[in-house]
Amino acid sequence: MQRLKSLTQHTGFAVAVVVLALLIVWYMAALWMNGQQLIMTLERTQQPWTYLEIVRNAYGIARPPLPVPHQIAVELYNSIVNQPITSRRSLLYHTIITLNSTLLGFAMGSILGILIAVGIVHNRTLNASLMPWVIASQTVPILAIAPIIVVVLGSINITGILPKAMISMYLSFFPVTIGMVKGLRSADKLHMELMMTYNASAQQMFWKLRWFSAQPYLFASLKIAISAALVGAIVAELPTGAQGGLGARLLSGSYYGQTIQIWAALIMSALLGWFLITLVGLAERWILKRRGAVL
Amino acid sequence: MNTRILTLAALVCVCLQSVLVFQLPIGFYQQRFWLLLLALAVMACVYLMQRLANITSSRSAGAKFSQLLVPALFGFMVLMLWEAIVRGFNVPLVLMPAPSRIMSTLLNNLPTLWADFQQTYLKAVIAGYLMGCGLGFVTAKWVVRSPFLQKGLLPLGNFMASIPIIGIAPIMVMWFGFDWQSKAAVVVIMTFFPMLINTLAGLKSVDPLHADLMHTYAAGKSQIFFKSQLPQAMPFIFNALKLNSTLALIGAIVAEFFGTPIVGMGFRISAEVGRMNMDMVWATIFVAALAGSLSYGALALLERWVTFWHPSIRDKRS
Repeated sequence: MQRLKSLTQHTGFAVAVVVLALLIVWYMAALWMNGQQLIMTLERTQQPWTYLEIVRNAYGIARPPLPVPHQIAVELYNSIVNQPITSRRSLLYHTIITLNSTLLGFAMGSILGILIAVGIVHNRTLNASLMPWVIASQTVPILAIAPIIVVVLGSINITGILPKAMISMYLSFFPVTIGMVKGLRSADKLHMELMMTYNASAQQMFWKLRWFSAQPYLFASLKIAISAALVGAIVAELPTGAQGGLGARLLSGSYYGQTIQIWAALIMSALLGWFLITLVGLAERWILKRRGAVL
Repeated sequence: MNTRILTLAALVCVCLQSVLVFQLPIGFYQQRFWLLLLALAVMACVYLMQRLANITSSRSAGAKFSQLLVPALFGFMVLMLWEAIVRGFNVPLVLMPAPSRIMSTLLNNLPTLWADFQQTYLKAVIAGYLMGCGLGFVTAKWVVRSPFLQKGLLPLGNFMASIPIIGIAPIMVMWFGFDWQSKAAVVVIMTFFPMLINTLAGLKSVDPLHADLMHTYAAGKSQIFFKSQLPQAMPFIFNALKLNSTLALIGAIVAEFFGTPIVGMGFRISAEVGRMNMDMVWATIFVAALAGSLSYGALALLERWVTFWHPSIRDKRS
């Protein structure tokens, strides 16, 4: 009894219960939505039908309104394991395309964000003139300019992964800038004053003090930035008639009504986002641990 | 005295540049001489910003005024550079239209843009935003009572926050049709999780002392909620509301890339990009940017009014 009680208070148990509830709701909803479609097609052709038949067939339609998890799992398995990785039918092929532009955009955005933050912290004019625009840039629906950037860069012969990476960069620089400005300013005042009495230059102050005080803030921002970069890469693949990538997979799936393909791409992008954030989290643990932080 | 002359010279330089940009024939940077004036004008702008920034930090009466003026001047400088480069080098329209061209396109196509705005913003965004935020709030209010549900839902909410939810758009278009209802559905899903997570954090942040005080007053359940819990959660809730105002617009516009009636901002952007009418695309984006900034600003004002007691707002006033 005691053991059962401690089990129910475990977080994993709570998550499992919620996930199970979601799965049950999912299968019920699929039965309802797919069943209705089945009934409609059967009645149009004036075939007789029973409820038992509907229930038996609802989970096996080729293009269901709502695919169920096991259908998606089969599609994922087929398009990952049964296809060579260089084939355009392989989901991994598209995932790698998206991953490339996400990582490139993330790297560019992080570097840009850090540079802007350093400028803002060290220069009063930049702080007064640039900071309001950095914040305003996020109230603008940035993703809307994704097609423009791709077209503009395409017309001066920059194609491939760079235009997509530019959009990821635009989305990911903001959290880094905001976090870094906060972090660089969060250096301990006593330490700053000590450095002042040592007659340290601004450069020394940066490399020996501010850079380290900013690291926890930097990693918190990088986690937001990398998921923003992934969204940017996927959306950039939508309107351009892109050759590949998870976004292109979503779009072609929606053109041809391949719902299972859409859901598989969706699950894949969710896994990718989760994987990238976990990666940043691991790097954070490693670096902060080397500094002797207690985690 | 010296600085005064310099300031005057800088102002003259900037004015001269902004007038000449419109007077000279297109492609005037073939004479390299004019590039010198452009460089001078940019330097003049930087100089003016520096002087104004010094006023900002000097805590004088003009500080507040110059706090607004410095970013405005920066924006003006960017526009000036943009206009000069497009006109001076005769940049093709496909690549980059000049700001003046975008403005005139905007004014000439007001009825079209207004119809798009109505379809995307007034219908899809507002309906989806209200439903998504309302649903997130109600769920949080319901979940906060049960530690079990919190443990189960929070990791899921964080997982959902890390994935590109925008990918749900094609599915919603398939389920709810091409009209604004499918876009509203995308907006509901995008705004739900930030609202849920933030409201939950806010409702849990209640100061135990306040709760004790309410208890000694023998306050009822609804009194505790409206007088103690809700006000303390408000800063968190407004964070989510502000974040969601941008997310909602992005969601609706991107969802329109997947299928729409022949009206709407996302439709306009994708259609005009196909026809290489870049001035119209930029005009639509200007409308979207304006709508996004105005709704964000309105929410920020509302936040100041509702959470006037919060330290971050009291600090700014004093």
